[in-house]
Amino acid sequence: MRMAQTAPVETERPTGDEDVVPDLPWIVIVWNDPINLMSYVVYVFQKLFGYPREKATTLMLDVHQKGRAVVSTGPREQAEFDVARLHAHGLWATMQKDR
Amino acid sequence: MAGPVRRSRRGGGFDIRISGRERDALATLPETLRTVLSSGDAGDPVARRLFPSAYLDDEAASREFDDVVHDDLLERRLAAIATFERTIRADHVTEDELVDWLAALNDLRLVLGVRLAVTEESTAADFDGDEETETAFELYRYLSYLEEHVVEALSA
Repeated sequence: MRMAQTAPVETERPTGDEDVVPDLPWIVIVWNDPINLMSYVVYVFQKLFGYPREKATTLMLDVHQKGRAVVSTGPREQAEFDVARLHAHGLWATMQKDR
Repeated sequence: MAGPVRRSRRGGGFDIRISGRERDALATLPETLRTVLSSGDAGDPVARRLFPSAYLDDEAASREFDDVVHDDLLERRLAAIATFERTIRADHVTEDELVDWLAALNDLRLVLGVRLAVTEESTAADFDGDEETETAFELYRYLSYLEEHVVEALSA
């Protein structure tokens, strides 16, 4: 199968998108808790993610009423960064691969 | 009616209008928070609330995450409390200082809330009987009131 070693010449060309199979994105989930104020959670979503007030409010209401909401999506490093910032603001956040 | 925290009319920053008695009560809190933060007891429910697991079902990844962020998170919390403590008697604070107030107030509510095991429906009646618990819940409610106004002032 040595012949295969010549193949990378072909595949390494930085051509189309098809040679990059992206990992499944990661999602960051904020969970409901009985302590954080609703107004505070809206404030944090606006501050950390730059969401307009309406979107931040919708997400907060999802957390409050459904128990959780996905607040950001992206590569693992970004998700870790977001989770750390949410923890720094006292929110209960976790991350997992999107399924 | 003006709230206890509002944007200054001129010169930027925020005016804090709370009584000396309220400031006395607030002044007792930074030490409480520092004690909790420095206890190093990772199994304490308060510690778990302030430093939650990043992954629900992956302990190894959570530990790795914690190894990376814990010290930084702790440092930020301590810095916010230090600002809060330094400016507790101030009639006027900068925006950065008020952001630290917010962090300190929220951390304190988390500490008290977890200790008291509050729910969204908790009322004073739930904590009747024991003076220490009653006082703690009163303080928790006062912090909620103050934090609500800080958020409002910062969002305005």
